Amino acid sequence: MPDAPGLELIRSEINDRHPGAVLDTSFGHGQAALIADPEQILAVLRWLREEPGQEYTFLSSLHAADYLPAEPRFGVHYELLNRNRVERVRVRAALPDPGGSVLPQIDSCVELFPSADFPEREVYDFFGIVFRNHPDLRRILMPEDYVGWPQRRDFPVGGEPVTFTHNEPGAPLT
Amino acid sequence: MSTIEKAAAEVERSVPGASVSLEPETELMTINMGPHHPATHGVLRLVVELEGEVVRDLRPVVGYVHTGIEKSCEAHSYWKVIPFVERMDYLSYFFNMEAFCGAVELMLEMEIPDRAKYLRVIHMELNRLHSHLVWLGTSALDVGAISMLWYAFRERDTILDLFEMSTGQRMHTRYFQVGGVIEDIPLGFERKLREFLAEMPTRVDQYEALLNRNEIFLQRTKGVGTVSRERLLELGVTGPLLRATGEPWDLRKVFDYLAYPDFEFGIPVGTVGDCYDRFRVRMAEMRESVKIIEQALDGLPEGPHIADDRKYVLPPRSELSTSMEALIHHFKLVTEGYRVPPGEVYRAIESPRGELGCYLLADGSAKPARVHFRDPSFVNLQALRDMAVGGYVADLITNLAMLDPILGGIDR
Repeated sequence: MPDAPGLELIRSEINDRHPGAVLDTSFGHGQAALIADPEQILAVLRWLREEPGQEYTFLSSLHAADYLPAEPRFGVHYELLNRNRVERVRVRAALPDPGGSVLPQIDSCVELFPSADFPEREVYDFFGIVFRNHPDLRRILMPEDYVGWPQRRDFPVGGEPVTFTHNEPGAPLT
Repeated sequence: MSTIEKAAAEVERSVPGASVSLEPETELMTINMGPHHPATHGVLRLVVELEGEVVRDLRPVVGYVHTGIEKSCEAHSYWKVIPFVERMDYLSYFFNMEAFCGAVELMLEMEIPDRAKYLRVIHMELNRLHSHLVWLGTSALDVGAISMLWYAFRERDTILDLFEMSTGQRMHTRYFQVGGVIEDIPLGFERKLREFLAEMPTRVDQYEALLNRNEIFLQRTKGVGTVSRERLLELGVTGPLLRATGEPWDLRKVFDYLAYPDFEFGIPVGTVGDCYDRFRVRMAEMRESVKIIEQALDGLPEGPHIADDRKYVLPPRSELSTSMEALIHHFKLVTEGYRVPPGEVYRAIESPRGELGCYLLADGSAKPARVHFRDPSFVNLQALRDMAVGGYVADLITNLAMLDPILGGIDR
């Protein structure tokens, strides 16, 4: 893990190259996190992956969280790892909710990290976050015709109707 | 053309040096493997494009046993989440518990007693043996070595008996708690465990004697499904699959969690990264796990098995009838649960299949705001296409078996 001053250094170096890319940093429980502008997420990830001296080349995990009622509402997390130095850093893209039926969008990082393929589909499936330029963005765990984004905090638990042939009068007996 | 003429033409085509040029089989056939297929190790569906017997493309379709565990976790207090996460990857339940409990402990900045660390290591390594034994039995079954299943499950049953003795359950034990483990090991457990540890290396010898010089097994695994180390790292693959390519990457060594720095053990690696190497790496890992358990049992420290922190840990049963305060704590913990200060952590451990990470987001209430498991099977499954495309459909089965996916973990 980079320590708190190291994290500030990374932040200022990225912001020199890509102004406004890193909005904030957070350091807690010994874990370092960069909070990034979702529009420039690829620039941040590419810098962390390719800049000599950083080389966070392994994407351990990609997941999302809904910070409701905080703003911006969504966070897409990239857990990066430098295997030589055994250092982790988390990048959180702070993604606002456009509201209504419009889905939030962010660039896909499959080009940079091919391992992000399934995890990005999972995030899309559960949070309705669209990854631009993802090769095959479909639901992965929920049924393809499912309506709604179940891991959002305002999506209720339960109430899923279960249909059986005996209580569906029109259903064909198979 | 009559059937006989067709057959004659077929024979003519297959005669070496015949004047008729061989027609390439250009027509692709799409077939479904699974979801209910005994060789898919769960409810996995593979949409396979075949050209004759050669796999040209492959698409895994998952989600058939998705039960919304991560969503359910958000509706339960922290201590009630433990049984949920256990049921994700149902062959490595101790690891799921450790990833979650460790993340909560990290969030609470809680130090757990040494004895608890050792007991956790003992149970996790037993679990690793158990998981590898199930893998060995079912994988050998898939490539035709049927009797292996019974031998592997015999030792697995001994391990389950040990779990039953120390935790009360054979699977999904809910043994790890935030702060330590729920109960100390009972009298007689150590003796039984030592008997098992003395026996296990010879059992591994026996499995290897059955498979290592088994011509059919060798032909079906050697040189099959080779993927380079660079490609596996790109695809995020960890665990025995990555180590089979010669990459000594093991989170137990590099991140020093629990009591692992106290033990001497090796990281078995392979050389080329084919299915045979994957098999050998897991077999060698079983021996290393036995060594770790032996050392943990020898050095098992005395002392409490769970942290003495009444705000987070249930008071001992005996105090409930004598201490009003203990009763209040017990009541508060069971009805409301404890609150975890806001924050987020990601904690990764080495499960039998690779990096098992738990991301935890707390909002200050008694229930987690988000629990996400980075399941190694889910990420590793992306490598199946690279392993199987260009090979025979029979090798696809071998590749899948040696990948060792657990669908409960993939679908969560």
